[in-house]
Amino acid sequence: MTYIAKPEFHHPSLKANALGFTRRDYEGKVSTLCAGCGHDSISAAIVQACFEIDLEPHRLAKLSGIGCSSKTPDYFLGASHGFNTVHGRMPSVLTGANLANRDLIYLGVSGDGDSASIGLGQFAHAMRRGVNMAYIVENNGVYGLTKGQFSATADKGSKSKKGVVNSDSGIDLVGLALQLGATFVARSFSGDKEQLVPLIKAALRHKGAAFIDVLSPCIAFNNHKGSTKSFDWVREHNEAVNRLDVMQGRMAVRAKYEPGSLTEVTQHDGSVLLLRKIAEDYDPTDHVGAINYLQQAHAAGEIVTGLLYVDPEAEDLHDALGTVKRPLNALSDDELVPSAAALDKINAALR
Amino acid sequence: MSAPIAAVNDFVVKFANVNGSGSASANGLFVKAILRMGVPVSARNIFPSNIQGLPTWYEIRVSGHGWLGRRGGVDLMVAMNPQTWDRDVGEIEPGGYLFYDSTKPMPADRFRADINIVGIPLTALCNAAYVEPSKRKVLKNIIYLGALTYLLGIERGVVEALLAEEYASKPALIPANIEALQIGFDHARAELKPLGLQLRRSDKVGKRIFVDGNTAAGLGAVYGGATVCAWYPITPSTSLAEAFISYCKKLRHDSETGEARYAIVQAEDEIASIGIVTGAGWNGARAFTCTSGPGISLMQEFIGLSYFAEIPAVIFDVQRGGPSTGMPTRTQQSDILSAAYASHGDTKHVLLLPEGPNECFEFGALAFDLADRLQTMIFVMLDLDMGMNEWLIDPFDWDHDRVLDRGKVMTAEMLEAGADFGRYKDVDGDGIPYRTLPATHPSKGSYFTRGTSRDPYARYSEEGAVYVDNMERLLRKFDTAKTIVPAPIVRNAPRKTSYGVIYYGSTSPAMDEALAQLEAEGLAVDALRIRAFPFAGEIFDFIAAHDLVFVVEQNRDAQLRALLINEGGVDPARLVKVLNYDGSPITARFIKAELAKGMDMAKPRAGEMVR
Repeated sequence: MTYIAKPEFHHPSLKANALGFTRRDYEGKVSTLCAGCGHDSISAAIVQACFEIDLEPHRLAKLSGIGCSSKTPDYFLGASHGFNTVHGRMPSVLTGANLANRDLIYLGVSGDGDSASIGLGQFAHAMRRGVNMAYIVENNGVYGLTKGQFSATADKGSKSKKGVVNSDSGIDLVGLALQLGATFVARSFSGDKEQLVPLIKAALRHKGAAFIDVLSPCIAFNNHKGSTKSFDWVREHNEAVNRLDVMQGRMAVRAKYEPGSLTEVTQHDGSVLLLRKIAEDYDPTDHVGAINYLQQAHAAGEIVTGLLYVDPEAEDLHDALGTVKRPLNALSDDELVPSAAALDKINAALR
Repeated sequence: MSAPIAAVNDFVVKFANVNGSGSASANGLFVKAILRMGVPVSARNIFPSNIQGLPTWYEIRVSGHGWLGRRGGVDLMVAMNPQTWDRDVGEIEPGGYLFYDSTKPMPADRFRADINIVGIPLTALCNAAYVEPSKRKVLKNIIYLGALTYLLGIERGVVEALLAEEYASKPALIPANIEALQIGFDHARAELKPLGLQLRRSDKVGKRIFVDGNTAAGLGAVYGGATVCAWYPITPSTSLAEAFISYCKKLRHDSETGEARYAIVQAEDEIASIGIVTGAGWNGARAFTCTSGPGISLMQEFIGLSYFAEIPAVIFDVQRGGPSTGMPTRTQQSDILSAAYASHGDTKHVLLLPEGPNECFEFGALAFDLADRLQTMIFVMLDLDMGMNEWLIDPFDWDHDRVLDRGKVMTAEMLEAGADFGRYKDVDGDGIPYRTLPATHPSKGSYFTRGTSRDPYARYSEEGAVYVDNMERLLRKFDTAKTIVPAPIVRNAPRKTSYGVIYYGSTSPAMDEALAQLEAEGLAVDALRIRAFPFAGEIFDFIAAHDLVFVVEQNRDAQLRALLINEGGVDPARLVKVLNYDGSPITARFIKAELAKGMDMAKPRAGEMVR
């Protein structure tokens, strides 16, 4: 939370995208998070992703709950409307915003306390409703703003900075999202921008509920030995199943990939996801396979990252409700208020 | 033995039934038949929190004079539930009638000597005519309807026409129902005499309609331009959402594509419901939820966000008996304080207080204009009595030249023209700032919405002075609200009086009758009906103009009175509590007796100083 705007000055050689915007046009205010916080890397990845997909900044609405991660929407996309809502309740607010105007891109930013502890219910229901959104959890396993309490994603046996051992089982939001019907599920690491940026790009362009769990170590309260959310631990146990390139339109360049090593998925909006396989036989369009793979890897102590599941044919909540193509917030009085004759008929039926 | 009550078009019938026995349909037909004969009726369903087996009552007041509140007392008890027999028999007025199933003999001590006993062997008649259990269960109700049709002088042709309408979609059921009606009618004609309570065709119903407030409010939301509804089932508000769904299906689909011009989500709980409403309101759609007291409790945090971040939203609160799960199927006006001051911190909210289905419709639509205009939460406070019972009211009316008031929304054109946009800046002195909707303009007008303190340009700030400025502006906005919410309605007594009475909501029909009764006895009281909070100045003028003001409410703690004292600095001694909160709707008899008693007590006694 800050009112300090960044200077608008930038180097003349800074590259512009197809809309003529530079990366700086996607930035927000100066971050007030701790120096070195993983969350700032995620904000930078969001800026990069939006720049690369030529997004008009004002066509995105960014929503968050409460917590360190939920502060970050102030630090990117300054030209977008943002909404810092209520702790754990961003999913419902985003759902309502999306219902009001289906034409915008919705980015939900949340944390592990916000989504897995207080907000687990709303997280679950937004996923199962198929709200068209990109939902990012900046997951550090700990409450930062209140100084170091465990959150619900902290692994059992993980040790707090004060030496307390967590006795509760950790919640795996990726596993939950898969089970609940999210149609795009990924995990990444704030320290791996090369992996993260394409995932955010693909999630923003996905139609349906897209979820990315981003491990984002808290350098102040959860980066010590004994923590399973520290930089060192995540680096040591990170097992990527694939690497993603997102191609816009139909300009996929295939030549540089080995035959058989590539999965190509075309999303609803025409964007093409090129997935370079790392784990053999990992098929990100196989829902049951993804769930099984995750369980096995979890038992082996691995943190599986990459694009874990995508349903390119997914439908969203508006499809289910059969709403008009135009945004509900743009309908005129004539389209909303029934006629005099209609009221006469209603009165007649009540006699 | 008291003389049998004799009355034409003016009596109270109460049906005592078992929940789930199919009686509701027969009882509904009974009421509709009387209405079709042109005789005004009010009907109140007293039901348990149960699907099958517990007692349920349906109380019908027939009033040729057109009094539609509860009168109190029962002239004819249709006792169909052995579980509640003693209590039901006990409720009958001396000289009244007890209609019962005489198939099994009842010991004499289970009756009363001062009432008239009307026995019909319903079960025997039914079992003789039908073999299938399902038919026996349902048609028994139609048999008693047939008997009552004879006994009360209801026009049989009217009942038959209603049966044909009722089963128009399943015509195969019509003959069986007509036959059952005849069995009851013929038996009564052969064995009994018509009762002293009689119905005569009249012309007192006119163009009026018979509808419940939840249906009216749901329809009001359609006319008010609501496009997003998020809700969670809770008695007694569920049928409001269902009415909205049903009217949207009829009225809000694109005639060419069939697409819906609305979105309804049954959310996982009340918190998500109000969250969805808040998100939709933030993004420029007219959105509402409907709930009851427990839902309001759950929504507190969002209600505060709506107040502080200034997001339009509408809550229909169909009040029931609290606290906790309380009496979920009984009526009260007991959420007034929790709604008016909902949420943490210094908050106040606009409440609309409809008196019945007409205002449920009117305020149901108006709430969305007020929400957009004031950029805040608007509560529409129904209760179970008006929400779930059908009332006889004037037809719904809508001014078709009316334009929806979308409030102060800054457009791309205004931004291009150089408007200095500050989301929380008071530009007009009315405390209401401009807002922009997301995606209004590529480079101007975006802002960050938050529940934390900020300056007029929506920039985060923890400075005390900035915070106080904003809170003071919110009070100015609340003052503006006073001038645009529905004004109170004053009805002066025929002569000058130092007594006043203040009331609101579903108390209206009973109050109308009580005031007429007081007047007939020469007691003069000026009456004022409050229709909204914040309170208009004339409410306090009214209090100041009277020595003693009764405040009639349907809750234990005199919540509206507390609100009047708190907001207007009124001397509590001047405001006399008149409270009915047992869960059944307030009656004219009760109000009249309490006011008469209060006025008598306030009279100067010999030797006392005249006030």
